[in-house]
Amino acid sequence: MKQALILGATSDMGQAFARRCAAEGFGLTLAARNTDVLGLLANDLRVRFNTEIETVLFDALDMAGHPTFYKNLKHRPDVAACFVGWLGDADAVHKDFTAARQVLDTNYTGVVSILDRVAEEFEARGKGIIIGVSSVAGDRGRQPGYHYGSSKAALTAYLSGLRNRLYASGVHVITVKPGYCHTKMVEHFDLPAAITSDPEQVAHAIYKAMKRKQNVVYVLWMWRWIMLAIQHIPEALFKRLRM
Amino acid sequence: MSTISGWGNYPVIQAEANGFETATKLQEQLRAPGEAIAYGNGRSYGDAPLQKRVLMTRRFNKFLAFDEAGGILRCESGVLLADILEVFVPRGWFPPVSPGTKYVTVGGAVAADIHGKNHHVEGSFGRHVLEMEVMRPDGTVMVCSRNRHPEFFELTIGAMGLSGMILNATFRLKPIKTAYIHKQTVRADDLEAVMNLFEEPSHWTYSVAWVDTLARGAALGRSIMIRGRHAAPEQLTCTAQRQAPLKLAPQRQVDVPFYFPSAALNRRTMQAFNAAYYHRCRKGTEQSIVDYEQFFYPLDSIGRWNRIYGRRGFMQYQFVIPKAAGRGAVREILQHITTSGLGSFLAVLKLFGEQESFISFPMAGYTLALDFPVSLQALDLFKELDAMVAGHGGRLYLAKDARMDASMFARTYANVDDFRQAVALLNDSVPTRFASFLSRRIGITP
Repeated sequence: MKQALILGATSDMGQAFARRCAAEGFGLTLAARNTDVLGLLANDLRVRFNTEIETVLFDALDMAGHPTFYKNLKHRPDVAACFVGWLGDADAVHKDFTAARQVLDTNYTGVVSILDRVAEEFEARGKGIIIGVSSVAGDRGRQPGYHYGSSKAALTAYLSGLRNRLYASGVHVITVKPGYCHTKMVEHFDLPAAITSDPEQVAHAIYKAMKRKQNVVYVLWMWRWIMLAIQHIPEALFKRLRM
Repeated sequence: MSTISGWGNYPVIQAEANGFETATKLQEQLRAPGEAIAYGNGRSYGDAPLQKRVLMTRRFNKFLAFDEAGGILRCESGVLLADILEVFVPRGWFPPVSPGTKYVTVGGAVAADIHGKNHHVEGSFGRHVLEMEVMRPDGTVMVCSRNRHPEFFELTIGAMGLSGMILNATFRLKPIKTAYIHKQTVRADDLEAVMNLFEEPSHWTYSVAWVDTLARGAALGRSIMIRGRHAAPEQLTCTAQRQAPLKLAPQRQVDVPFYFPSAALNRRTMQAFNAAYYHRCRKGTEQSIVDYEQFFYPLDSIGRWNRIYGRRGFMQYQFVIPKAAGRGAVREILQHITTSGLGSFLAVLKLFGEQESFISFPMAGYTLALDFPVSLQALDLFKELDAMVAGHGGRLYLAKDARMDASMFARTYANVDDFRQAVALLNDSVPTRFASFLSRRIGITP
């Protein structure tokens, strides 16, 4: 039975992906900070799928603990998917560096820290799939939310480089770029329904990408073209816009 | 701020909407002063889950336990019937009571004490609940059942969320051998004919009639009666079904991506639709085997179908008339609706069995549910119907209602004063008081 390690499993996308993997017969290791919700999620999956689920405490910001965390996993993963993310408060973040740091470290540094450990093992054995959930926000920095955006831009570049390095060893890396999605993270935002996905749609897109060995996946599909357009706006004009 | 409404898109309001994933998180939210109410999946039609601050239950949606031996399920209140069908039909279990859509939450099912096409045989949803955990407005959690805090248990079933937040419910699913329904369709020429069909002794578990409320004169109440029972494996006709009797092929979904212009639905188009639907069914009786989606949830395959009514939205009027009032009462009301000239698509007629509950809607007798586009004339018609329904000892369904006033509610629900008092007591000296636009309108909360 194939094993999937899901980091940030209590996020809405992480939960949806966990359900999808369980439905497809994967064994699951769910890792997250919030052990209450993690327990509820694991139990829910057990009732739904009658399958064994391992749950482990994981904090993206506890980088010193990442090597031990990864080494001690009961089941070695075939697939590792990272859903860790933190939006932060766009107003507070540029005034208070501690808040800014949390955004940058959660979305980028912490993810690099754990994925490097995963990549090490996957490369040595010559197979596996690594999935990193970035964001369309990383495709161009705009106000507000450029701390989040830049951390995702960094993550996108990291995943691209990782994909490049691991290609020779047969390990596949997928970059997922969700656009607007109905999740806890943006619960209080009023998002345009036509271009906003549900976590289940993101999970489905990721699963499809795994099967087809896709490299960069936009969810929903139109965000690829939306971001292409946005990326082509000349900077002299872009700097004046308030999107 | 989020834009929220019921399924009728009337009314639509701006509200502070907060989700929660644990009981602890909910408790934190109940420390804020003001009024709040639970919002499940928004499939009630009016303003039952509307308030300036709503507590969204959709993420409070985990399965907690399942006892395979007895089919006893325990799950959080945000679980949808759709989730239960997805997980448990393949294992040979079906919800005990199902409304016209599978997209309702378990919490909503209990709070509205929903009914389905099998009420005369199996009662309402509340009857099948064994135990519940409910967080009262003061943040304490009550474990209740028929033996434990029975008054609070009885109050919560049908209380439209006013007794607090239902956290989870334990209820029995019913065993099935296939995912298919043996369906019978009978055309009835008029109201008398369809009522005869309802009242004749039969072995059908599920019965419902689609009534053409635009038909007049001798054709008043012409309907198509649809009955069904869970199909046995021997009844399945095609090989694919026989090989996997509990599995369904993936359902095709279409969506209504935008609001229709309000002119799209008018008397002429509705008359044409109703006539076509009625004549589509051939004279006499037809039998077939259909999957449970087609039988129970035909409209669920059309996403956001409520947008067909346009931006002004629509209102449902669902009433029940006690058996004691006789067939003439239903005829009189139907006649009045038909004469009004206000269009309604197919209306739904059912016959309820006996039910004695604290504050729930069903009582033994005929229940009719109709949709009307929002208009001043419709509101006037509803006022007239109120008088007739109340006059015959009937009442309206709170899960459908968007406009009934406090005097109509007081006149038609026997336990109004006790209900008001119980809610006031629960809301006494607490930061977050449980109240909705509905409860204020019908005079249960100030």
